[in-house]
Amino acid sequence: MNPGISSSPFLNSGNSVPRIMLWVLLALIPGMLAHIYFFGWGLLINLGIAIPTALASEALMLRLRQRPIKPFLSDYSAILTATLLAIALPPLAPWWLAFIGTAFAIIIAKQLYGGLGYNPFNPAMVGYAMLLIAFPREMTTWLPAQSHHMAFMDSLRYSLFEVLPSGHNIDSISMATPMDIVKTRLGLNMTIDEINAQFHNLFGMLGGRGWEWVNLMFLLGGMLLIFIRVISWHIPVAVIGSLFSCALVFQLADIDAHASPLFHLFSGATMLGAFFIATDPISAATTLRGRLYYGAGIGIFTYIIRTWGGYPDGFAFAVLLMNMAVPTIDYYTQPRVFGHQDD
Amino acid sequence: MKRLLRHFHGGLRLPEHKKISMQELISEAPIPPRLILPLQQHIGEPAESLVSIGERVLKGQMIAEAKSFVSVPVHASTSGRIICIENRPIPHPSGLNAPCIILEADGKDETIDMQAHDYHHMEPAELRHLLRDAGIVGLGGAGFPSFIKLNPGPGNRVNTLLLNGAECEPYITCDAMLMQQRPHEIIKGLLVMKQALQAEHCIIAVEDNKRLAYTTLVNALEEHQPHKIEIIQVPTLYPTGGEKQLIKVVTGVEVPANNRPVNVGIVCHNVATAAAVYDATQGQPLISRVVTVTGDAVKHPRNLQVRFGTPFRFLLDQCGFDERAEIDLIMGGPLMGFKIADQQVPVIKTSNCVLSLKREPRRPAMPCIRCADCVLVCPVQLLPQQLYWYARAQDFDRIQDYHLFDCIECGACAYVCPSHIPLVNYYRFAKTEIWAQEEEKKKADLARQRHEFRQYRLERGKKENEERRQRKKELLKKTGNKSDDRDAQKTAIEAAMARVQARRAEQEQQRKNTDNLNLAQKKVIEEIEARRKKTND
Repeated sequence: MNPGISSSPFLNSGNSVPRIMLWVLLALIPGMLAHIYFFGWGLLINLGIAIPTALASEALMLRLRQRPIKPFLSDYSAILTATLLAIALPPLAPWWLAFIGTAFAIIIAKQLYGGLGYNPFNPAMVGYAMLLIAFPREMTTWLPAQSHHMAFMDSLRYSLFEVLPSGHNIDSISMATPMDIVKTRLGLNMTIDEINAQFHNLFGMLGGRGWEWVNLMFLLGGMLLIFIRVISWHIPVAVIGSLFSCALVFQLADIDAHASPLFHLFSGATMLGAFFIATDPISAATTLRGRLYYGAGIGIFTYIIRTWGGYPDGFAFAVLLMNMAVPTIDYYTQPRVFGHQDD
Repeated sequence: MKRLLRHFHGGLRLPEHKKISMQELISEAPIPPRLILPLQQHIGEPAESLVSIGERVLKGQMIAEAKSFVSVPVHASTSGRIICIENRPIPHPSGLNAPCIILEADGKDETIDMQAHDYHHMEPAELRHLLRDAGIVGLGGAGFPSFIKLNPGPGNRVNTLLLNGAECEPYITCDAMLMQQRPHEIIKGLLVMKQALQAEHCIIAVEDNKRLAYTTLVNALEEHQPHKIEIIQVPTLYPTGGEKQLIKVVTGVEVPANNRPVNVGIVCHNVATAAAVYDATQGQPLISRVVTVTGDAVKHPRNLQVRFGTPFRFLLDQCGFDERAEIDLIMGGPLMGFKIADQQVPVIKTSNCVLSLKREPRRPAMPCIRCADCVLVCPVQLLPQQLYWYARAQDFDRIQDYHLFDCIECGACAYVCPSHIPLVNYYRFAKTEIWAQEEEKKKADLARQRHEFRQYRLERGKKENEERRQRKKELLKKTGNKSDDRDAQKTAIEAAMARVQARRAEQEQQRKNTDNLNLAQKKVIEEIEARRKKTND
């Protein structure tokens, strides 16, 4: 068959894959700025490593697979994967963390499955999960949210040589994420109020000092994407709705032992995940009803892993678990076709 | 009373490009020196030629008749001489040639005697007959013979006759201009259709981007009261002009799959068809139509009343065609039309638009990223990306599970596709493959049936022979047991032996080739015989 011979329609909306990817990248900028404001230059350094790694891996694999390189390198999809992964990495991380994670994401999770459009799992989350399992210490070494932080050169030096400025050591400057703290302290039978008091208003206004702003900025970018119809509302609304509902139910059951719904929404990876990761169309459900189930599943799994699982934040695993369920969801949520009865 | 309108799923808001061809009123296109009249300008069987080469025909004269049921005649578009009947390129997606009558115009445009009919007092069947003879088919684009759609059929009552003035595709304005300029003919034609269908009430639906058409119709209707005709505006949304989509919007009724609207008491016709129906009652057969000649490769886009058989190129030249431009020539709209390879193809009954677009480099298709934009816009609520997936994999069973054959090929999915995948192409490919396979299967089934019947016949023959032998044996046994008369048997045996002897003797006789011998030879033979006898004795 030769679908290249032109038949109708002879018009096109002008939308394109690069345009979609570019808008997603642009919409990430407010959140990334907030991230840099609160956690320092580390994100820029991670990006500086991840993006070239992604492009090089993509080019290498396309070459090995004897596919055209230019159209796929210029579709921004590899850059987007690298960017999402870089945002998810701790700001103070050795260079090889971003390098290994991105290369794994592009080579294993994307290209070996057939490249753009064929990967059943979200590549950035595959990279993240691999790093979290392989390098748990490096992956959980976060910085406290503060407005004065390490100079750019010091961050770069740490990234390249894992050397800190004299007088510092990693334990003195690092701090677990609020998500992590809540998890471990609740495990020690502390109440939410005790944790908040001990850590000097850890929760901030909504979901943790600094973190709530980063999340709000990602929420803002996500709203923009919905507004310009780059993504549909279904998945983010379902993710946030189900996570909120789960948190609300358990908080109502025992307010001392469970973090508030707002903490769940505005801490950790929630907003980044709901608007930018779960909405990755390639690995998400495609039917409208299916997207609601898919999003709801991610919200529920995130809550379960955060509350009872072994990791402080469960978004990556929740996404990967639901990725597996996508073919089934799509199959059972087919819409009623015009002129057919419900069946 | 304000009618409550419904929605169909999805749909597109498209750039209209309609204003450019609505600057002037409809004007009569000149008659080209030669007209090419395909014998098939409609859905169904081609008409059969009634004319011979060299014959002079008049405008409106029937030159090809409808022999089978799903067919309509063809009429001469002007007066002139038939110069040949041969295969020519026709406007069809296949790009193939088909038989056409070539008419050389004599410039006199002499017409046959056209008599108006007193249609008010005609029976529905008579009306249908009249419309069939006038060669009327749906002018919206599909070209199905109208007289069939004006027959409710046994057991069907037509509640609503819906006139489609949506014209939802970009660029096309022929219906809009017709509604603006000939509202009375449309309304009168609608009443004729109503009479033929014995319909209870009528609705004319116009998209709300054609305000002038709407108000003109509303004003015209005032002169026709007290007929119950409703004129309503429907939201401008592609593809509202699709028959089943429009019915859903206007009446809320969803025509079940594999059913025709008439099964739910609704019949839908195009506004231009209504005007043609009115013309037919005035004695004028269908020999021309309004055609929108538009696109960015013509300087003066506009609507022309065009005689059938006029070559596309002739029309383009009337409208300031830029000869040097690399163009895509399209019949119909940019979403559902098809490409024309040969600029000399003629305007036929279904040619609503001649669209010439400057060719743009086709963007290469990227892989599907499952964004589901196509799911959002599909008016039939299919899953276009799944259909694409299975068409690519040539999984023709699965693709039918996903309702491939409910696809109306509106092209909304391909329009929004960010990966520029020619989705509709894939669906057409899958459909034709499935049709071909079914044809093959039918043939194979027939062959298998034949083979099986032959096997059965052979078996049966064998069995019958066996039975016959068995019967004989038994009969023989029976007769053998019965007769104790050994003498009779003996005589029978003797008689048989005698017969054998006689035959042997006779053969002996024959074996001697002793005719025509001379005396000496005979003598020698006799001697031999005597000797043989002696030794025998």
